[in-house]
This record gives sequence, structure tokens and C-alpha cells, in this order.
Amino acid sequence: MTRFLIKRIGLALITLILLSIIVFAVSSVLPGNVGRAVLGPFASQESVDQLNEQLGADRPLVTQYWDWASGAVQGDLGESLTKQVPAWDILRPALFNSFKLALVAFLICVPLSLLGGVIAGLRYGKATDKGITTAGLSFSAMPDFVTGIVLILIFAVWLGWLPVTAQAEDGANALTQVKYLLLPAFTLTLVLFGYIARVTRAGMIEALDSDYARTAYLKGLPSSAVVRKHVLRNALVPTIAVIAVQVGYLVGGLVAVEFLFNYQGMGLLTYEAARNKDLPLLTAGVLVIGTVYLVVMLLADILYAALNPRIRFGGGE
Amino acid sequence: MSAFATPGEEPAVAPPAGGKSEARAARSERMRLLMRSPTVVIGAIVIAFWVFCAVFPRLVAPYNPIFDNNFPPSEAPTWGHPFGTDTNGRDVFSRVLAGARDILLIAPAATLIGVVLGTMLGLITGYLRGVVDDLVSRLIDAILSLPLIVTAILIVTAIGQSSRWVVAVIIGLIFMPVVSRTVRAAVLSEADLDYVQAARLRGEKSIYIMGSELLPNVMAPIVVELTVRLGYAIFAVATLGFLGYGVQPPAPAWAAQINQYWTLIDPYWWMTLFPALAIATLVVAVNLVADGIREVYER
Repeated sequence: MTRFLIKRIGLALITLILLSIIVFAVSSVLPGNVGRAVLGPFASQESVDQLNEQLGADRPLVTQYWDWASGAVQGDLGESLTKQVPAWDILRPALFNSFKLALVAFLICVPLSLLGGVIAGLRYGKATDKGITTAGLSFSAMPDFVTGIVLILIFAVWLGWLPVTAQAEDGANALTQVKYLLLPAFTLTLVLFGYIARVTRAGMIEALDSDYARTAYLKGLPSSAVVRKHVLRNALVPTIAVIAVQVGYLVGGLVAVEFLFNYQGMGLLTYEAARNKDLPLLTAGVLVIGTVYLVVMLLADILYAALNPRIRFGGGE
Repeated sequence: MSAFATPGEEPAVAPPAGGKSEARAARSERMRLLMRSPTVVIGAIVIAFWVFCAVFPRLVAPYNPIFDNNFPPSEAPTWGHPFGTDTNGRDVFSRVLAGARDILLIAPAATLIGVVLGTMLGLITGYLRGVVDDLVSRLIDAILSLPLIVTAILIVTAIGQSSRWVVAVIIGLIFMPVVSRTVRAAVLSEADLDYVQAARLRGEKSIYIMGSELLPNVMAPIVVELTVRLGYAIFAVATLGFLGYGVQPPAPAWAAQINQYWTLIDPYWWMTLFPALAIATLVVAVNLVADGIREVYER
């Protein structure tokens, strides 16, 4: 297990370093001239030069990357151009908001999807299975903002049950905040249901078909006990990975949903930074989004290994 | 699906020559299976409808989507304008039908770019392995740790352009690593088979082995990838369009219409809802077909 841990953490670190190089390269090399990219074609050459000097963009690329990366390691992610404050001061509340929405979405979505997947697996090949699978696939295929628009129209505009935006006023109590988050959380539930239910269903089918399930049946256990004690435990393990992947989508990937609901999470922050050509803030935001994903995937890997004796004792892949 | 084990289905070791009729039999068998699935047939009909609209907008749309703009503005759906009119006095029905063209040009272009480049990269890394493969695999891991839309926004902002073809190329480039990973896995399971070894012993060049020996035998996952990626491409093009990247108004692209009118959803819901439903039907149809194809190929 220790060797496994060291290997996985090492791999995650290498990936993170590569990610930082890619993000840096895209935001510093692709524009050709960073100052010009930020200020636009009509700015005077002096102001472009001045901005480049202020950003340090006139130095060699390797020096720039080194300064940026070593700053990031120490928690200094640079300074926002438009707001003139450290990027981290803007990122922190957005990150918190993203996790808050992800939590509410997961609390609704994960139990529903697991249930849907288990039922589909138990009814494999029957009409119930086809219905759940096709509905899940259709909803997860739809762009999240399309689902969001339809839900806003039904529950906010026509029925008037829920607010149109997701951002509760400052100082609103927890219950009100949750009420504001319900509509985006429902949207995400519809999007994620298909992915999670699909994996659960596949796990169920495999576990139901396994030798240990047959043995349990043959030794006379009632089928509800077989499902509960033998099948479920094994069928749910693969869902850990798919749920972890979705955390990556929820923290940062929700650009369109957060834009639609005007919710100040990582997605909207990224989008606004991009629209304002605030390259330092955008770069910092993207790096944080990638880091969150890698950390969550690492945790999921470790959890998966801890639940899987073959990895726990084998020490290998 | 019951277990129809037809002879000729998925030949494990395809002979380089003389396997043509067998391949054709496998293909018609797959077609037959596909046409038996109601979800695939429904999906195909919906796609065919939108493709028809994209190719012949003048035949289906009652009005010009951009220039017929002297109807009473912001009118709710009526018999004359089943989807209502927008704030500029244009017929939303005509704009939705004509709007199929933009997304059905950009999304397939992005898919093609991603699948072609990804297949090349996958063949190279899977066949050559070694250091190049390790390095590319790590790079792919790093790129895939970012959501598609975030990567796209970062690149669009960095290069300062977001025309429709720029969007297509960017989405294609982001697909490349995903596709290459699938193709690489397929190549790895083929590379040790006899026909590859034989070609190597004959002294064939690597490029010949990759293109003429390996490629035909990894076509199944590539076809699946092509349809699945098309679904994602529609998703990505629509999302970027909603955020204001890509095709701009007054073009009738669906996502551009939503971008223009969604803040007016209360009370002018028809200007947003109908283009949104158009995106939904197309993307769901593509995914139903893609899922059917995957099932048939992975049997």
C-alpha cells in the first residue's frame, strides 16, 4: 500500500507540473505579445510595453515560468489585472461556492443515480432498464445550460416556485442559500444521473453474474440478502471513480451553468476573467481547477485501492 | 441483444488480403442489428431531419431567417408564427430551422479534426511505445485534468479570436488526446499479433505497418469514437456559442439565439426555448445513434 501511495502521489505531482507548464505556455506563448493581447490592437506601443514590464512579460520565458510556478507553490498565484488584488483573494470564495454547489448537487444526485442504476441492473434487459438507461443517456447528452434553461422556465418563470438566480443575498441563512441552489443542483442531477447510473448498472450486472453471487443463491440465501450482502458491495466500488471524475466537472466545468444562474463559482470566475482579458486571473483559475481535479482523482484512487484487496495487498497496478 | 454469433463477425486476425467479403458481411450484419434498435432508428430520423434543414433551409423555412424582419416584434407563438417572433421582428420558426446549418458544419469539422489527428497520434504512440509514448501519455493526463470548456476558453482568450472555424479547430485539438488514448489502447492489443510481426519481419516501414496493417484493424473503436465525439462536439460548440464564442448574431445559430435572448426569458420564453429544444433534440439523437453503434461494435 505504501509503494502504491508513493507511486500515485508521484504520478499526480508530475501531471500537475506538466499541467502548469501547459497552462503557462498557452497563456504566455500563444498570445505572442501578452500586453498587446490584453490591451487590444488600438493601444499605444508605450502602454503595451509598460504592461509587459509590469507583468514581467518582457523577461525570458523560462524565468517567467519559474517565478510564476515558485510563487504558485507558495500560495502566490499572481495578481488580477482588472481588480488589482491577489488572484487567490478572488479564487478562494469562488472555490468555496463551487464546492457548496457540488455538495448540494451530490446530495441529491448520488442517491438517486445509485438507486436508478441498481434498479436498472436488477431489471437488466427489461423495459424498466431500457427506460432508465435511455432517459439517463439522453439527459447526460444534453448540454447542461439547455437543461438549466428548461428547468428555469418551468420552475422559476411558469410555476414561480424557485428563484431564477443561484446567488442568495449576502448574509442569507443556510436554508435560503440551499433554496437558491436547488435549481442548478437539479440541473446537475439530470446531467450526472446518466453517468453514475450507467456505471452502477454495469457493476450490478457484473456482480449478479459472478460466481460468488451464484454461490450465495445456491446455498439458499433469499435474493434480497444476496443483493444486499454480496452484490451491492462489489457493484458500487466502480462508481467511486465516476463520481470523482464528476467532482472535476462540478468545480470549474460549470461555466455555462454558473453563467446561466449567475452563480459566483470557479466556472463563472474563469469566464469573467476570460471576457475581461484578465490573463493572470484566468491562468490562476485554470491551474486551481486542474489541481482540484488531480487531487480528487488521487483521493478516489486511494479510496478505490483501500476497498479493493487485490490492490491493497498486491502493491502494483 | 441476444447472442448472435455470426461467422465473420470481428475477425480476430484479419488476413491482409482476401477478407473483403467477410468484412462486408460483418458490416451488413451490424447495419441489420442497428436498424432493429428503435432508439437508433428514432435518432437517425431526427438527425436526418436536421441535416435536411441544414442543406435546404429555403425549402423548409417559411421566411428568410435574417432579412424577413418586419413582423410585429416579440409576439408569442401563433398559427402564422408557430415559434413566435423575436425582438427584431423575425420569425423564430424559420430561424430555428435555418440555424441547423451552423452547428452541423462546425461540430462535424471539429470531430473530424480530432479523430484524424488523434488516430495518427494513437497509432504512433501505440506502435512505437517507449519514451515518446510515456511522455505523450503524461501530457494527455495533464490536458485531460481540465474540463473541455475551460481549456477552450483559455485558448480562445490567449489567441484573441473565436470565429467559427477557430472554435472547430480548438475543439478538434482538445479531442485529439482523448481519441489517441482510445486508438493507442486498440493498437497495443494488435501490435503483437502475427500479421504485424510478419510485416515487421518482411522489413516493412513503420509508417506502412501503421497505415496499412494496423489502421484497418482498429477501425471499430475509431468509428465508435467518431460518433461519440460528434455528440460531444455539438455539446461543446453549443456551450461555447451560448457563452458568446463562435457564430455571432444575426446569424441564426441556435446557441447564438440563446445567447442573445435568454436574459429575456421572462416573459419572452419562446425566443430561448425553441432553439434550446433544437439543440437538445440534435444532441440526444446523435447520442442515441452513437450508443447503438457502440453496442453493436462492442458485442
